[in-house]
Amino acid sequence: MSDKKTPRRDFIKLSAMTLGGVGAASLAIPFISSMNPGKDTLALASTEIDLTPLEEGQSLTVIWRGKPVFIKHRTKKDIEDAKNTSLTELPDAEEDSARVQNDKWLVVLGVCTHLGCVPLGQKTSDTKGDYGGWFCPCHGSHYDTSGRIRKGPAPTNLPVPPYVFLSDNRIKIG
Amino acid sequence: MSSNDPQGYKKTLNSPYTGFKGWIDSRLPLVRMMEAEYLKFPVPKSLNYFWSFGGIAMFCLIGLILTGIFLGFHYKPSADDAFDSVERIMRDVSFGWLIRYLHANLVSFFFIATFIHIFRALYFGSYKAPRELVYIFGLTMFMLMMATAFLGYTLPWGQMSYWGATVITNLFSAIPVVGDAILTLLLGDFTVGDAAVNRFYVLHWLLAFAIVGLVIFHVITLHMTGSNNPTGSEPQSWDETVSFHPYVTIKDLNATIFFFIILAFILFYYPNILGHSDNYIKANPMVTPAHIVPEWYFLPFYAILRAIPDKLGGVLAMFGSILALGLLPWLDTSKVRSCLFRPVWRYCVLLFAINFLVLMYMGGKPAEGIYVLISRIGTAYWFLFIFVLAPLVGFLETPRQPLSITNYLKSKKA
Repeated sequence: MSDKKTPRRDFIKLSAMTLGGVGAASLAIPFISSMNPGKDTLALASTEIDLTPLEEGQSLTVIWRGKPVFIKHRTKKDIEDAKNTSLTELPDAEEDSARVQNDKWLVVLGVCTHLGCVPLGQKTSDTKGDYGGWFCPCHGSHYDTSGRIRKGPAPTNLPVPPYVFLSDNRIKIG
Repeated sequence: MSSNDPQGYKKTLNSPYTGFKGWIDSRLPLVRMMEAEYLKFPVPKSLNYFWSFGGIAMFCLIGLILTGIFLGFHYKPSADDAFDSVERIMRDVSFGWLIRYLHANLVSFFFIATFIHIFRALYFGSYKAPRELVYIFGLTMFMLMMATAFLGYTLPWGQMSYWGATVITNLFSAIPVVGDAILTLLLGDFTVGDAAVNRFYVLHWLLAFAIVGLVIFHVITLHMTGSNNPTGSEPQSWDETVSFHPYVTIKDLNATIFFFIILAFILFYYPNILGHSDNYIKANPMVTPAHIVPEWYFLPFYAILRAIPDKLGGVLAMFGSILALGLLPWLDTSKVRSCLFRPVWRYCVLLFAINFLVLMYMGGKPAEGIYVLISRIGTAYWFLFIFVLAPLVGFLETPRQPLSITNYLKSKKA
């Protein structure tokens, strides 16, 4: 600092401002963090479901973490359609085998990956879209029998939540 | 200021008034400020009724805050109570139906006034130097208005409230990498729920008063430059101006009363015409309504969102459409302000307004076939207008020589 280009006072000002800035930023952390889900919300409510009453071709909607989860008992045709789709036709390429633990049962989050609507296709009377899976009425996304996006604005496949088979006909989500 | 008062501090102690008014004014110079800015303030004498919509918008804002306070006395911001407390306001609270219908319809009229106000700014070149900051503060308020209106629409916790909130908050999930974390942070949960309605209520209030703060900045910047007028020419002498009071106050009051008569007609005869019937069904997180539409004033932007086949791209185009308008003062290369004297740009601006209405219509239609195509053309024109036509037309067009305010008024009489 001998050449007086950066006098002591400038250095002190800069240091004080930096320290003040770091302090203010640190103070912001607890406030921003408080906006995240609380412990009660985070406490993962896991959901157990009995699959016995579901006939082939039927679907069930259950609630997990406040969101709908689609469980579908797939028909032979559904499974074949899902398996025989070439990966090049898929915007978000994923094998059907990577999305199911048992070919008969498809478990996916029932939340459109575009803007969060609940797609149609759970009731037998619902429109199921061009690929026999689900159709989102909000902005026209089509999902196939593996819950994969085929057409429309949604960027990714319906996500598969974490779940385990407790027995052949019972699963636990979460 | 005298030599022993180099900063001129003492100036504020010399009030032109006497008595109690003078006592106050020499301590708090509000009286002289109000007189300078709202009684004697000179405005061009060629203003037409397009210039009344700023004042009308301000009256709408005051009305919204007043009705909002009284609604707040009865509303309960929780996922369990919200819908029922609104129904209680409608059925059991004395005049609750009137206050709520007023609040809901005033928003629509606030947007109508604001849209016309913005069109005025575009057509008569009010955004051009030296009024850039007036315009920027205005656009900022417009964005806050949209945020506030969106938050307010979620509060009744009907089906449209819930699914509108879900769709709009999910826009944030389009942000790469951190999108989902930001969404969870904003909602305080993994879905729109109890935590969200509570904070949306707080933010709805907070942003309303943030708008009031920006109104003050909007007016301060406006009063530095003075109002624009249809000619775009600045007043050359006192002869070309009139005082704010009584000329503008009476004229704006006249326009406001006329505007509020239309509001009263909607309010008393068709109070739900601008809303959606699905919002009288309590929010159900398991069932999405067959056809989600946002409030009518969001439709043009919703059409832009849906016109882009990519999620992130659509979100960027929607927010970008308003942000881009903020660049207009610097992109418009013309030296002439008013469209009255700009033979080509005038039609560009009029087409922009028509395009806005077309997009509004498209936003209310399902996203398929011809509607998507027209939305795309409309979106393309929106950005073409700002980024290509504004610089190019200003450069190529030969404008007419703008009339002075006096000559303009003479020519109108003749």
